[in-house]
Amino acid sequence: MKIYPKKYDVIVVGAGHAGCEAALACARLASVTLLLTINLDTIALMPCNPSIGGPAKGHIVREIDALGGEMARNIDETYIHIRMLNTGKGPAVQALRAQADKRRYEERMKRVLEQQENLDVKQGLVEELIVNNGWVEGVITQTGTVFMGKTVVLAPGTFLNGVIHIGMKDFPAGRAGEFPSQKLAKNLRELGFEMGRLKTGTTARVSARSCNFSLTTPQLPSSEPIVFSFVSPKVFPSRQVPCYLTYTNKNTKEIILNNLDRSPLYGGKIKGIGPRYCPSIEDKMFRFPDRDSHQVFLEPVGLDTDEIYVNGMSTSLPEDVQWQMLRTVPGLEQVEIIRPGYGIEYDFVFPIQLKPTLETKLIRGLFLAGQINGTSGYEEAAGQGLVAGINASRLTQGKEEFILSRSEAYIGVLIDDLVTKGTEEPYRMFTSRAEYRLLLRHDNADIRLTPKGWEIGLVTEERYKKFTARLEDIKKASKLASNYRIGKSTKEREILSLLLQGEKLHTSYLLSELFKRPYINYKNLKEYGFLPNHFSDEIWQQIEIELKYEGYLSRQQMGVEQKMKLDNMLIPKSLNYNEITCISKEARQKLSKVQPRSLGQASRISGVSPADISMLAIYLKSKNLLKIL
Amino acid sequence: MGYNLEDTIAAISTPLGEGGIGIVRISGGDAFSITQKILKLPRNKKVGEIKNRYLYYGFILSPETGEEIDEVLVSFMKAPHTYTREDVVEINSHGGSVVLSKILKLVLTLGARLAEPGEFTYRAFINGRIDLAQAEAVLDIIRAKTEKALKIAFSQLKGNLSKEVGAIYNKLINWLAYIEADIDYPEEDISPFNPQEFLPEVLKCIEKIKLLLAEADEGKILREGINTVILGRPNVGKSSLLNNLLGEPRAIVTSVPGTTRDRIEEYINLKGIPLRIIDTAGIRTTCDPVESIGVEKALEAMQKANLVLYLIDSTQDFHNDDIALLTQIKHARTILVINKIDLSNRRPLIPKGLRFDGIVETSQITGEGLDKLEDNIIRLIYQGKVSSSLPLVSNLRHKEALIKALKSLDRVIETINKGFSSEFIALDLRASLEALGEITGSCVGEEVLEAIFSNFCVGK
Repeated sequence: MKIYPKKYDVIVVGAGHAGCEAALACARLASVTLLLTINLDTIALMPCNPSIGGPAKGHIVREIDALGGEMARNIDETYIHIRMLNTGKGPAVQALRAQADKRRYEERMKRVLEQQENLDVKQGLVEELIVNNGWVEGVITQTGTVFMGKTVVLAPGTFLNGVIHIGMKDFPAGRAGEFPSQKLAKNLRELGFEMGRLKTGTTARVSARSCNFSLTTPQLPSSEPIVFSFVSPKVFPSRQVPCYLTYTNKNTKEIILNNLDRSPLYGGKIKGIGPRYCPSIEDKMFRFPDRDSHQVFLEPVGLDTDEIYVNGMSTSLPEDVQWQMLRTVPGLEQVEIIRPGYGIEYDFVFPIQLKPTLETKLIRGLFLAGQINGTSGYEEAAGQGLVAGINASRLTQGKEEFILSRSEAYIGVLIDDLVTKGTEEPYRMFTSRAEYRLLLRHDNADIRLTPKGWEIGLVTEERYKKFTARLEDIKKASKLASNYRIGKSTKEREILSLLLQGEKLHTSYLLSELFKRPYINYKNLKEYGFLPNHFSDEIWQQIEIELKYEGYLSRQQMGVEQKMKLDNMLIPKSLNYNEITCISKEARQKLSKVQPRSLGQASRISGVSPADISMLAIYLKSKNLLKIL
Repeated sequence: MGYNLEDTIAAISTPLGEGGIGIVRISGGDAFSITQKILKLPRNKKVGEIKNRYLYYGFILSPETGEEIDEVLVSFMKAPHTYTREDVVEINSHGGSVVLSKILKLVLTLGARLAEPGEFTYRAFINGRIDLAQAEAVLDIIRAKTEKALKIAFSQLKGNLSKEVGAIYNKLINWLAYIEADIDYPEEDISPFNPQEFLPEVLKCIEKIKLLLAEADEGKILREGINTVILGRPNVGKSSLLNNLLGEPRAIVTSVPGTTRDRIEEYINLKGIPLRIIDTAGIRTTCDPVESIGVEKALEAMQKANLVLYLIDSTQDFHNDDIALLTQIKHARTILVINKIDLSNRRPLIPKGLRFDGIVETSQITGEGLDKLEDNIIRLIYQGKVSSSLPLVSNLRHKEALIKALKSLDRVIETINKGFSSEFIALDLRASLEALGEITGSCVGEEVLEAIFSNFCVGK
């Protein structure tokens, strides 16, 4: 066993979306960082749909960017199709979604990693963690090399005891074509972690040459360049391509239902629990048998490849069934499958065993991020990776913990849900999970988080300058809006009246008043030349949102302040709940398991009633154990 | 979750039935201003500068209707030298529990919140007025009583109200699931959510909730008072007793055994204590199908009773049916009423092993013994042996929840009319579901997700 001579502050295991964010964050925070990956050629791989964003997920990407993370810039330079979703709805749920050129996405991330100061990227399969006195001290690889590190961020994705299922055939794998990580899974169990098993799946990849796109409906991307990052230039990174919409039909249904016994899930072979919301095509057919057709999107995986991702037909049915069912779909009658779809089962660690910093409660200095915590999705993984990396770095530097609250970011909602409530199925982020959805918007991610990112040192001066300039603009625009009059001439009033659905106007209106009206928005005001052009569209959009939805936003804000009081009442670590006889037995059990930080977090645990919280408060106060921030 | 220390809280501070005087206690920043709005001094004087610890004599008036609710003594106590260390008002009334609850309801409509069990003590502790041992002692008792009694109260109330509310809840949650699915899965095959389609449904739900609230006031669904059952074999004088307690003839009284077919419910105010009296068919083994349904209902009522008035005819001995019935009474306090003493001086022998919480001799015809019976009932309640203050509180809680739900649904309508996007509709729709969920015991967050995935085929 040889010990590698360089000693690291942080060792990141796994170069998926979580691992990459963690490694970059640590290195940028001046920690001496090592990133270990089983395969240097699959860094930042997208094993499923090569797309980033969508409602809630897109919000997370913006938050990662606002804090100084990498994902947003990575997709901004490699996307081949981008669209704003929910444009017909309000600002809180509008979200950006992009298809990436899969290979270019990986390449760029790899380049960024290779050029990052303070970061060493090496190939190696980690088999064991070195733990002493409850602290992690390093890792041991398959080749016997020992890397010493003060902290470790584990982000192994679906590799822990991964088993792939295609029909009734199964074999160990971390992803298709990659071998799994089995010894590490065993090691984690031996260290005392409680683990479960989950499943997810992906669809077949087919050859574009064998598709007949004339039988499908093209979905066109945005005609204007939009970007995720607050600092990316607004240009298309490359040629943009459409996706293609088609549908399954009764024949597809028949084939699938006739072969359910050959599906590992329905045949009982897969033990892991799958997500409710990302069902395989066989789930869809089985649970909604009355539906005759389901949407299928054919999505190009890159500009220079023949590969098409068949979105909507995730499956673990046998290859011959996949071939049959695909060929019933219009456009795919002559299709050639390049890679079959497959289901994958893998181990995960019950996330209740983590602190809100993603450090494990069991072993100090060990952080877990990504699918190992039971989440699904690249964005969810990246958000965790960022937070875990920041905290690992700060731990070695003796700095305070970095925790995002539920009212600051979707990342905060995500981590709080995981560590307080746990999860039994692959956890995916939805906007409906955020009780402060109206405050956590695509447009204000930087206002919420860039100051924090700057404070911890992850946000560069360049980005911060841009941010403060934007803030200035918002302030100035707001002032202007309360002084600028529109409708001074009869002509102007006529146009305004039209916009306001025929309302008679006798005076001019302040811009700020107009923004509050339902039928008026910054777009149609701009169209008619009513908007002073000192400021960009985004700035006006910001002003409009704040004015139009003021009532709702302030209501949410009040809710936040009320809840914050409980969140600021801190509970001491390692409290023995069994001694607190004035709370119910069930509450004692649950509290012991989660070891919440604050009364706020305690109140979110299921099984803990309001009465229990008050009793706990009384108990802590009487012993002078309650710390109020 | 957890007690909000900023609100002004109010509650009836004395257990039901003691001595005829009850106190509504209010604590918090708005205690004084709320009270000033409802207190009228004699000779139409207004409460000017409030004198600390001064006892004011006056009347509680509803500011809306001008209706005088009761004659009261009110004390204003300024913070910090009060039980909770906040401003405290105590309204002393001797009108009995019905009046007290009216006053409390009035206070709640003016902005106070119904206190959780033990909340005054909680505030006293948090503000340093009492120490942990004292707090624990009080809270322990409250909690023990609360949990057990809440369970009983809940099961009594749950039936109807929960069902009605459950139907509204289910409807709304499926709409919320639709809205959320439409938001979180914009690229799936879901027909877009149309707020105009939703509008009439919301209006329907609002009407239903308003109906429930109106019925709550009339006590149809939200029952208040002590469940009292009059039991005994046929023709012992049960209906006559009921009529006498009510002060007017209600039930059919004839001398043919088995005349009262159905259950009759009536509310009487016994010196300020509400009794919900159920007259039952005479219980005996019978082949008559109509009669046996009545008997079934009577047995049902018996299980839910807090108090049983068991009648026997003084001219007859205890029958096997009597003993069988009496041994079935599990939870209720039982007063033996030996009736028809006007007919003879004979008194039946009470079988060994039968225990009663009181024995009274009466004649429904002459009225003899009725006073004594009333006193006995009141004595049992005073001694805390018959509890019912919690159904009262649970009722108010449910009412509050319904009102909260209504307010949120009104906001939903506003939002739809303003033409704002569905995430704004979802905000208040969710709030109303949380309020309704307090009644049905539901967890909205999880249930919405469940509904989304069972109703819609979404996901890759």
